[in-house]
Amino acid sequence: MSDVKISSGHEGNVRDQVTAYFQRIKNGEMGALPAVGALVVVGALFSILSPFFLTKLNFANLFVQAAELTMLAVALVFVILLGEIDLSAGVTAGVAMAGFFLLLHGGTNWIVALVVAFVIGGAIGALIGFFVARIGVPSFVVTLGLFLGFQGLQLVMLGEGGIFRIDVPEIKSIMNDNLPTWGGWVFLALMLVLSAAVSFWDRARRARHDLSNRPIELLYAKLAVFAILGGTTVYLLNENRSQGFASISGVPIVIPIAVLILFIGTLVLDRTQFGRHLYAVGGNAEAARRAGIKVANIRITAFIICSMLAVVSGLFHVSRLGAVEATAGRQIVLNGVAAAVVGGVSLFGGRGRLVHAAIGAFVIVMIENGLGLLEFPAGVNLVVTGSVLILAATIDALSRKRGNGARS
Amino acid sequence: MDVPVIELSGVLKSFGPVDVLKGVDFKAYGGKVTALVGDNGAGKSTLIKGLSGVQPYDAGVVKFDGEVVHIHSPRQAGHLGIEVVYQDLALCENLDIVQNMFLGREEITELTLDEASMELQATKALQSLSVRTVKSVRQKVSSLSGGQRQTVAIARSVLRKAKLVILDEPTAALGVAQTEQVLNLVRRLADSGVAVVIISHNLGDVFKVCDYISVLYLGKMVASVKTSETTQADVVGYITGTKSMDGASA
Repeated sequence: MSDVKISSGHEGNVRDQVTAYFQRIKNGEMGALPAVGALVVVGALFSILSPFFLTKLNFANLFVQAAELTMLAVALVFVILLGEIDLSAGVTAGVAMAGFFLLLHGGTNWIVALVVAFVIGGAIGALIGFFVARIGVPSFVVTLGLFLGFQGLQLVMLGEGGIFRIDVPEIKSIMNDNLPTWGGWVFLALMLVLSAAVSFWDRARRARHDLSNRPIELLYAKLAVFAILGGTTVYLLNENRSQGFASISGVPIVIPIAVLILFIGTLVLDRTQFGRHLYAVGGNAEAARRAGIKVANIRITAFIICSMLAVVSGLFHVSRLGAVEATAGRQIVLNGVAAAVVGGVSLFGGRGRLVHAAIGAFVIVMIENGLGLLEFPAGVNLVVTGSVLILAATIDALSRKRGNGARS
Repeated sequence: MDVPVIELSGVLKSFGPVDVLKGVDFKAYGGKVTALVGDNGAGKSTLIKGLSGVQPYDAGVVKFDGEVVHIHSPRQAGHLGIEVVYQDLALCENLDIVQNMFLGREEITELTLDEASMELQATKALQSLSVRTVKSVRQKVSSLSGGQRQTVAIARSVLRKAKLVILDEPTAALGVAQTEQVLNLVRRLADSGVAVVIISHNLGDVFKVCDYISVLYLGKMVASVKTSETTQADVVGYITGTKSMDGASA
C-alpha cells in the first residue's frame, strides 16, 4: 500500500525549496530571521550615525565584547529550552572564578585550578538540577536564592569589594591576544570543511535509505554564504587595526573557542538523543515521561551544562580584565536571558537554537557599543536594549499567533 | 476461535474499601476491534491502567497470546506489545511527526540520531495505514489538526509493532469528517492483524467499527457480545444496568 505519497520536505528543485521556505516563514516558523534583521538594521544604523562604528578596531572590539554575553546566552539556552531559567548563572561563574583565584593564590597549577573551577560550576548545576527536578522547587526560586546567596559567597571568598589580579598569561591571552594571520584562515577552512562534512554525511545517510535529498545547489549556496561571511570577517580581523605604532592584527583567540563550543553544542542538541529529549521535555514533559524519557535526568544534565558554560563565560570575563572581581556576574545574567529572547528562543521552552542566542547577544552588544560611540549616556543604552527585547518578544508572539491560527 | 491476544479472567482491583473491578473477564482478538463501553465509574479506566502497567491488578489471571503474564510497569507492557493511545495523545508540539513517533526510542547510528532511517520507517508506518491526510512527515505537530494528531499517535503504535492497541476515546474531540478518518484508520489497524480495543461513549462509532462489544457495569463485565448479534438499545440497557446477560462470552 505504498501508493500513498508522503513528503519529507526534501523533495523538489531549488524553486520548490525556496517557496517552501517562505511558506514556513509565513506560518510563523521564523527562526533567527527577526534577530538577523535586527542585527543588519542596527549595524547599518550605527554605521551611518557614527564614523567609528565600522572601523577595523571597533569591528574586532565587537567580537571580543560579545564573547562573554554570547557564551552566557548559549549556556542559558540549555535550560530555557526546558522552560526553566537560571538566574544564578552569572554568579555561579563568579563563585567558580573566585575558587580559581583562591587556588592560584595558594600556589596551585593554573590548569588544575581551572579544572576545579569547572567542577565547581558543574556541581552547582547539579545542585540546582536536584532541587528543580527531584524536589520540585521552581527553577526561578532556586536560582533566585542562589543569585542572592552566591553574591554573598563571592564576598566571603574574596573579601569585600576586591579586585584580584590573575597573572596567568594563557588566561589573559584568550581575550587580549590574536591568532597569527594564517591561524584565522586555517580555522575558517576547518569550520567550512566540518560543516560541509556534516551536510554530506546527512545526504549520504538519506541516500542510503533511498530518501530524497534537497538540491545540492542549496548546500553549495549555504557553504558559499558561510565562506563569504567568514572570509570577510577573517580578512578584516587580519588587517592592522592598531591606532598606535605596534601593529595589532589577527583573529582574537576567543573567537575560535566560542565558535567551537557553539558548533559542538549545536551538534549535541540537533543530533544526539540527549538533545532530542531536551527539546521533547521542553515541549511536553508529560509526553516525554510517557515515552520513557527520564525527565529528571535530562533536567539535571541541562543545568550542569548551563552552569559549566557559564563558567566559560566567567573565564572570558576574567581574561578580559586580567582579574577576578568579588562582584562579578550580577549584571550579565539578565542580559543573557534578553539575548536568548531577542534571538528567538522561547522562554516557554522547546523552541530555539544556540545560534539564535549568539545572534541575540550580538544585537545587544552592538546596541551598547554603538550608543557608547555616539556618546549617549548609559541610561539610554538600557532603555533601548529593553525596548528591543520587548519588540522581539512581540514579533515572536504575533508570528506564533498567525502560524497556529485558531489552535493552541 | 483462535487464541485471544489478551485474555483477562477474574481480575480484581480495589482502592481501599472501594472495589472497582470485581472479577472481570475480558478478551480481545487479533485482527478484531473490541469496544469497551460502560458508564462513568464502571471501571474502564482502571481496567486499562492494569493492562498498561500503570496500576497493576490486585488479583486475576492475565494471558497475553495464551501465556500467563504479570504486567507491573508501562515498560513491561511496552515490551509485550501493548500500546495505549491516551485521549490527550501525549505528543510534543514542538517536534515533527517523525521525532514524535520515535520519541524515547530513537535510532542511533554512527553515534548520532539516524534521522534517515527513522524518517523512512515513519513514512512506511503511515503508508501502511493508508494515511492520506498528512502532507509531510517533517511537519511540526503544532501544525496538525486533531484528527491528524490522532493519526500520528496511532501510527506510533504501528511503528512499535504493537500486538494490542488500546485507544482511549479516540474520537471524543473530533468533528464528523475527522471521526470518519480515524475510524477508518482503526479498521485498517485491525486489518493488519493487531488487536484493537476502543474505549468510547459514542455507540454510533462503536457500532460502525467494532467487531465485539464488552460492557462494564459497576466493576463487572455484564456483557460481551458480537456487534452483529446485538442492537444499540440492548447495549444501552447493559450500560445502564437495566438489562443483563449471564455467563457472557463472545
